[in-house]
Amino acid sequence: MTDLTRFSADALSRKLASKEVSAVEVTQAHLDRIDAVDGAINAFLHVNADEALRVAAEVDRARAGAETLHPLAGVPIAVKDLIVTRGQPTTAGSKILEGWQSPYDATVVSKLRAARMPLLGKTNLDEFAMGSSTEHSAYGPTRNPWDLDRIPGGSGGGSAAAVAAFEAPLALGTDTGGSIRQPGAVTGTVGVKPTYGGVSRYGAIAMASSLDQIGPVSRTVLDSALLHEVIGGHDPQDSTSLTDPVGALVEAARRGEVEGMRIGVIKELQGEGYQAGVLTRFQEALELLRSAGAEIVEVSCPNFRYALGAYYLIMPSEASSNLAKYDGVRFGLRVVPDGAPTIERVMGATRAAGFGDEVKRRIILGTYALSAGYYDAYYGSAQQVRTLIQRDFAAAFEQADVLISPTAPTTAFKLGEKLGDPLAMYLNDVATIPANLAGIPGLSVPGGLADEDGLPVGIQFLAPARQDARLYRVGAVLEALLEESWGGPLLSRAPEITEIAGGK
Amino acid sequence: MAEINRDDVAHLARLAHIDMYDDELDRMAGELAVIVDSVKSISEVAGDDVPATSHPIPLSNVFREDVVGATLTNEEALLGAPDNADGRFRVPAILDGE
Repeated sequence: MTDLTRFSADALSRKLASKEVSAVEVTQAHLDRIDAVDGAINAFLHVNADEALRVAAEVDRARAGAETLHPLAGVPIAVKDLIVTRGQPTTAGSKILEGWQSPYDATVVSKLRAARMPLLGKTNLDEFAMGSSTEHSAYGPTRNPWDLDRIPGGSGGGSAAAVAAFEAPLALGTDTGGSIRQPGAVTGTVGVKPTYGGVSRYGAIAMASSLDQIGPVSRTVLDSALLHEVIGGHDPQDSTSLTDPVGALVEAARRGEVEGMRIGVIKELQGEGYQAGVLTRFQEALELLRSAGAEIVEVSCPNFRYALGAYYLIMPSEASSNLAKYDGVRFGLRVVPDGAPTIERVMGATRAAGFGDEVKRRIILGTYALSAGYYDAYYGSAQQVRTLIQRDFAAAFEQADVLISPTAPTTAFKLGEKLGDPLAMYLNDVATIPANLAGIPGLSVPGGLADEDGLPVGIQFLAPARQDARLYRVGAVLEALLEESWGGPLLSRAPEITEIAGGK
Repeated sequence: MAEINRDDVAHLARLAHIDMYDDELDRMAGELAVIVDSVKSISEVAGDDVPATSHPIPLSNVFREDVVGATLTNEEALLGAPDNADGRFRVPAILDGE
């Protein structure tokens, strides 16, 4: 039989609808794949086999009974372990939540259940989504399926690696400064950060509430559009949720045309600090889009050079406040020091034992930026920079319908290479952060392999707020043109993962 | 703008309720000094005429009808608690001594 893990979610959806395959077969194939390769990849923190197979069996029965089903019914999906799920643990990649189970589902998870998509399990991440490599997970790093000695990006390295390694056709991620798009870039997969508020954040464990956004992770642009339509739309449980309808994203991905579209190249997101092989693939992408009828223009966003600094003030400030809830009282770890300690000493000991170094670093930095005497100079100034970045985008979108840049300045680096240098790690997000500060949507699509190391390069598109459909339109065109030039999808060129027995 | 030193980190760690050992304070002070140094230019970028953006896409008057919806049961709310008694979260002493 053909390997069912190799198909896109769209192809699986059609095979299921025509009863060529059953949902149980599709789900079992992915569970088998997880079993075979996840010992090497470590994309999953929890595998939800029993429930996934039960849901798949229900879908098969419903289909046999001629019930009307959602097109993605029976198509399995993995969920980043920052998103809460009933009946499965949610750890946020932290020891402080080890073994914790949420008493409620995130809205996006309720929507997956309503569409009857089997949940394969929970994927690895940097602790509380703080990182660009998954090396800050308390449960060990995820490895890049292209090279097991390299990082899969972060914080959503587990979701991206699961999809790249054919352990799941789809996954959910969260993107605060690039945590969906940068892992997509370095694993040769597709990742989308929707417009802020376009997908409910209810049940996503908060890092920085004004920046966090849940979004799709997949191997094709169309698959992300399919998933985006499932999870998008207004949610009264999230007071920042937009009331707009989700939009015709699948149609945009299927139509995919760029004739007459103005694509703006962001001057500040190339050049120094960008790897040569990344820039070569980027230039090729521009040429292909031009050949398809797009008009390539250059735009300047001069305040982007302050984006990283503003981000590393706003994000830790909001995180230090959001993470105050882990105090050993209502959920998670409690460490009781010797003697007859007060609750205050219990909190100090609990948070010391439960949080990893990067989380502590950001909490301290945020506490500093918010403290009396520094608030205006740091947090206040960073919020002003945020306005300047929004103005840069507004000006750029006067000249262009969408913007384009490399997703990340380099290809995947080696595990351990940047662990000792927080600032070097932060620089990975230089091209993705501006979108979060402005709340606009972004998509990363595979751009090929860098000549010098043979590793995937990501191309990022950005659109104005609420114009997510444009990303799917242009992303689908570039994807089709590139796959034509490669003679197939990029991931068909990935090395076969040495299958090791007894994965999970 | 003031640099961040070891005493600052010790103070901040107390505010954030994270116990830190001496070597951790030393290491953290060094790392934070580098990070703070790289972000401090932010304070000089924008003039007073630039308004602050706290929220990327502001919404106003997000209200709902004042009716009780689905809520967690008492048992569900206590399910993940490290300790509980009589339907409540139980904590160690709030105050020192008697």
